[in-house]
Formats: sequence, structure tokens, C-alpha cells
Amino acid sequence: MSTRAQFDKVSLSFETPKGRLNVVEDVSYDINDGDFIAVIGPSGCGKTTMMSMLAGFQKPTTGKVLFDGRPVAGPGPERGVIFQEYGVFPWLTVKQNIAFGLTLNANHVPTAERDAICEHYLGLMGLSDFANSWPKHLSGGMRQRLAIARAYAVKPQFLLMDEPFGALDAQTRSNMQNLLLKVLETEGKTVMLITHSVEEAIYLASRIVVVTARPARIKEIIDVPFAYPRDESIQERPEFAELRSHIRQLVMDEYRAQQAQMRPVSFSE
Amino acid sequence: MNGAGLRRLGLGLIPWIGAILLWYTVRWSGFVNVSLIPAPHQVAAKFFELLTREGLLIDVFASTRRVFLGVALGILVAVPVGFLLGWYRPARTFADPMINFFRALPPIALIPLVIVYFGVDELAKLVILFYASFFSGVIVMYEGVSQITPLYIRVAQTLGANQAEIFRKVIIPLTVPHILTALRVALGVAWATLVASELIAAQRGLGAMIQNASTYFLLDVIYVGIICIGLIALIMDLILRKVTARLLVWQDRAIA
Repeated sequence: MSTRAQFDKVSLSFETPKGRLNVVEDVSYDINDGDFIAVIGPSGCGKTTMMSMLAGFQKPTTGKVLFDGRPVAGPGPERGVIFQEYGVFPWLTVKQNIAFGLTLNANHVPTAERDAICEHYLGLMGLSDFANSWPKHLSGGMRQRLAIARAYAVKPQFLLMDEPFGALDAQTRSNMQNLLLKVLETEGKTVMLITHSVEEAIYLASRIVVVTARPARIKEIIDVPFAYPRDESIQERPEFAELRSHIRQLVMDEYRAQQAQMRPVSFSE
Repeated sequence: MNGAGLRRLGLGLIPWIGAILLWYTVRWSGFVNVSLIPAPHQVAAKFFELLTREGLLIDVFASTRRVFLGVALGILVAVPVGFLLGWYRPARTFADPMINFFRALPPIALIPLVIVYFGVDELAKLVILFYASFFSGVIVMYEGVSQITPLYIRVAQTLGANQAEIFRKVIIPLTVPHILTALRVALGVAWATLVASELIAAQRGLGAMIQNASTYFLLDVIYVGIICIGLIALIMDLILRKVTARLLVWQDRAIA
């Protein structure tokens, strides 16, 4: 199995009026081809920053973020990103949104093939009936499906997802998780998912990276023992419950640590 | 026309009917000297007289052309300038105080200077209208552009868009609504400035007509002029709103 992405002693810090703020500190791990990595940690801990460096929006202060052996220089179509806020283009119809990436020079998609690719992902994401609708008429779940379809259409080898289902209701969320698993089965991609849901991480990922409260350091890397294809029944298994309570404990500890960090600030007023 | 359409038309007409009734009431109430308020029907009669015998349409055309040219040129310059100011923070720091200084000046106060530098011909009127449209438009543009969220640009980058593609496929569509708003604001301001611009020795034009009428105390002509300006501005705004609704069907608006 070859290494796709690599965090090599990565740290990132900002200069703020109150001094230096360490967001990510000495993080090293590899993401192999076909891996589904979930990064989990208390909110505001810097896990999104980790993804942002691999996506190419931020550069590490020290250390290296490598993709296919080369340092990440900026965003690119080989690393698809699903944003928490969806980022569906409101001025384009559903189909035009999916076609957006296909019309760009970088992706070299012949005009004749674009339509078929659009139709494929419209069908896969259950959006065929809405091909010519405006995004303003879509529900949150449909918008997120559209964002995923649009990212998939340019065939990235690697998908970065930043709390993609965070804003959805419980039922839609679990539908979306199943859909993602189904799509990954057929399309086979490497994924890095940022989440704060322990169940989501275990249900979807092959490996879970638990990070500490800010600055984000690696607390533990856990292999998830369930084989793909998975379905919801694994959530009833005792191993699932064990893993869940273990990870919950880790995350809660970090959450408390983070609250403790913040306490002097909130009491000083 | 369907029921809803009729109802909207009715709702839209009520204030006009109310205004005309109020006009008659004030005239008949005796509080104001009747010779100072021509009755609506007298104004209407004057309108037809001016239309058929005095070439009112020539005035309408002269004014509309001035407003149209002034706004077109003003917005043509305001769009790129406003865009640069909204997009590049250093440009804003550099030009913002200057723009606000000139924007605060009422165009009418500039008329003596405009006469000195641009004479009393068509050019001088155009300069005044250009000034008014540019400064009202540029503010709308740069406020709008500076609020464009970077999210869409990031999305486009992750899909593989280069700088030129981001500009053409993301930034331009996001700028169109602000251009249309700037156009609407500039159009309103330009009509408001028209009378001032036609103070500069204009032969024809609705502002000139009002000016001349005031010299001879022809109140009914003044009323016709004012109503014409208001009506033309209203029609232009309606057309622009239709165009906007057409171009921006994708926008999520509270009121359709």
C-alpha cells in the first residue's frame, strides 16, 4: 500500500497581539492509498487547520505536508474538498454546479463526456429530478449531496471532508453516511474526514486520529476493526460500543482540558 | 390578467388616487391661496398642451438622453474602480478618504466650477451627471464586492480553477448583482441631479423647462415637469427591476 499523504513533524502557529498561538504541534502521520482517516477532537482544537494544510489553503510553520511525495503548494483538483458550509454556487443550477469542474482547463474533460458524467453523479446522489433547479430550492442534505457530486465529478484521488454532515439533522446525517459508504465502495477513494462525532468516525473510518485540545497534537491513532462494506448493524456490535466508550473518554478528557485552559480567561472579567 | 395581478395593480394604484384626492382637498380647503395650486385636471390639460404644441417630448428626450449618458459613463467607470477598491484592501486605504470627500459634495455646488472648466454646453451637464452617478455607484460596488465570501473562490480552486477561470466563472457572477444595484442607485441620483445640471443654460430638457417656468411663475408647467421626471424615473426603475429579476433568478430573496 503506497503512502498518499504525509504529515511530517507539522506545526502551525500564529502571531497574535497576545503572543504566539500554537494551533497544531508536532503532528506526524501517514495516509495510505485507500485509507479512510477520521480526525476527531474537541471543537476549536485545530483539526480543521490540519485538513486546510493538506488542501493547500494554509502552510505549516515548521515541518512538511506532502502529497504523493511532494510538498503541498496550493489547492488542486487531485484533492477534492467538501466544505462544512457546502459552498454550492447559487448562481448555477444543480447540473451546472456538477459540471463546473469539468469545464475547467485543468481537468481536460472533453465536452462530449461532460453530460454523461453529470448524469452519473446526479443519479448517484439522487438529484436527477432537480438537475435544472436552483440551489436556493434545495434542502441542506441535498445541497451537501450536490457539493459531494461536484467534488467527485472531477475524479479526485483524495477527498478532504470538513465536518460535512455537521449541519444536518440526525436522519439526513445517517442517510448521508450510508450514501458515502456506498459511493466509496464503487469509486474507491482515499478520504480524510474531520468530525466531532465519535459514532460517525467509527462507522465510516478505517483509522481514527484522536487529537488533543489546542494545540492539536496526536493523542492516539486507532485502527477500526470492521471490514468494508459496512452497514448500520455494526453499530450494534459490542466492539463498536467498546471503541465508542474508549474514544469518547479520550475526547472528553481533551474537552475538559480545553475548558480548563479557557477558564482563567472567562473568570478574569 | 389574473386575480392576483389585478389585486397588485389595485394596491399600486391606491396611493396615486389618494395623492390626487389630497391634492384636490388642499386646493379646496381654503388654507392655501387657490392661485398657488393648479388643480390636477389643469395640470393634465397643460400636459397635453405642452405635448402637442410645445414639444414636451423633445424635453423628455433631451433629459432622458443626458441621464442615460451620464449614468452609463458613470457606471462604466464606477464598476472597475469599485471592484478594485472592494477587492484590494490597500487600494481602499489609498482611495477611500478621497472618494468619501468627493461623494459628500453636492453636485449643485460644483456648477460654477463646471461652467468655468467645461463651458455651458452639453458637456458640462454630462460632467455633473457623470459625477453624481460615479460616486453613488462606486460606493455600492465596493461595499458589495468587499462582502464576497472567499468560500466560493476556495471551492473553485479545489476543483482546479486557475486565476482567469476564477475571475470569469466565480467573481463576475458574484459581481453582477452589485453592478445592477449600483445602476439603480445611480439612476435615482442622476434624475435627482438633472434639474441642477440643466441650470447651466439648457435650451431644452425637463429641468430647463422647470427653470424657465419659474421665471414666469407658470406653476402648472412646473407641476408637469416634476411629474414627468418622477414618471420617467419610475419607468426606468421598473425596467431595471425586471432586468434584475431576470438576471438574478438564482438569488434567494425574502420577497419575490
